Amino acid sequence: MNLQVELLEQDSIQYFKVIGEIDAFTAPILRERLTAVEGTPNLQAELDLSEVDYMDSTGLGVFVGFYKAVKANGGHVKITGLNRRLSRLFEITGLSEIIDIEKKESEDHDATI
Amino acid sequence: MPREVGRQYKEILKKYIDSQSEEDLYVGQQFSRRFIEKQIAPEDVISIHKTALLELLPDLRDEVWISMDFLIEMMIHYGLTLREHQSLIRKQEILQMEMNVATKVQDTLLQTTSPNVKGLDVGWVSQPAHQMNGDYVYFLNENQHVASVAVADVMGKGIPAALCMSMIKFGMDGLEKGDTDPRAVLDIINRIVEKSVDNSMFISMFYGKYDARSSTFSYSSAGHEPALYFNAASGTFMELNAKGLLLGIKTDVVYEEHAVQMQDGDFIAMMTDGVTETRTEEGFIESESIQQLLESVRDQSAQKMAEHLYNELAGLQEYRLGDDFTIVIFKKNPEEV
Repeated sequence: MNLQVELLEQDSIQYFKVIGEIDAFTAPILRERLTAVEGTPNLQAELDLSEVDYMDSTGLGVFVGFYKAVKANGGHVKITGLNRRLSRLFEITGLSEIIDIEKKESEDHDATI
Repeated sequence: MPREVGRQYKEILKKYIDSQSEEDLYVGQQFSRRFIEKQIAPEDVISIHKTALLELLPDLRDEVWISMDFLIEMMIHYGLTLREHQSLIRKQEILQMEMNVATKVQDTLLQTTSPNVKGLDVGWVSQPAHQMNGDYVYFLNENQHVASVAVADVMGKGIPAALCMSMIKFGMDGLEKGDTDPRAVLDIINRIVEKSVDNSMFISMFYGKYDARSSTFSYSSAGHEPALYFNAASGTFMELNAKGLLLGIKTDVVYEEHAVQMQDGDFIAMMTDGVTETRTEEGFIESESIQQLLESVRDQSAQKMAEHLYNELAGLQEYRLGDDFTIVIFKKNPEEV
């Protein structure tokens, strides 16, 4: 299983586009990419997960670790493009309350809050 | 001893050169095992071959002998790599033994006993996908009326997860009497875990407490899969949601606490995502399928129900679990008089 992580920098925002499935096998790839930038002071990071269909708790662990490290360095993390399954995962775990999350526009209407 | 091996090798080689038969070749193949048993390096095998050949066919051209010496040099690195490989295998065997010991320690350390409360039937299954279980179930039987359960899923597998679980267990063992309301328990465990784990580690936990005096089941959740409550009178399921962040992310989390009143025949199924995220070739299992499986055996004991769900869902995955699988069932039975 493959995972692609593309990094774009726009107006001082680090924009990551993640493509593929995030599980125990692919999570290390993502972790490596994110760890490289997480120490930057006042990092503004945006993670686009609109092309991630599946993620397990290992993937969640990567985002939690990234969120904690960025926050500790005065930065901000935003996650966008979650499909229904992923946004349920962020809601059940309570992470949607602490991480800045933007849902896929097309799926906003069936979100239960 | 190598000299003896060399002598035997020469005999076998001679036979084969004379006959060139399959049988003699086979004898040679069998003999090569002795090289391996006696840990004779590849370069030494060539050496033995050269010595044998010198005695059998001394009149070969010099170039043959020179090329043999060349081949011996070529084989030295194979020999080194082979020895490294063998030493890795030995190391791996030692690690495997340590893992086995660790698994036994985990089992002993983390064992728990089903609570015994009048009118409450408890059943559970917790099956690891690999050697060490990242799911954890712990029962507390405060007194004859109150039974509590923690169902936890530690992110990360293997040894770090196991260590983390010991922390939960000792945290819960240390709970003072009277302070066992679900929200308070999660708050305490969260404080312990938050101090002790690294950034990418966390735990989800569902905590439920049944009080037989009022037949109420109160619960809180730290980022865990909602439990399923089956209402026997209406024949319907309801998700038991309670807001609360995963354990180990930050302190001062507010955990919601809710309660349901159970009637005879009602049951509550608490699960980890190894159950709800069961993945088959056709995709993820739907919550409705889990509900149907449970409902179809609602008249059986809680233990039978848990086992039934496990067998069905593990069967769908051809008994190769993708994730640790845990289900705990609390079922209210009519009290015997």
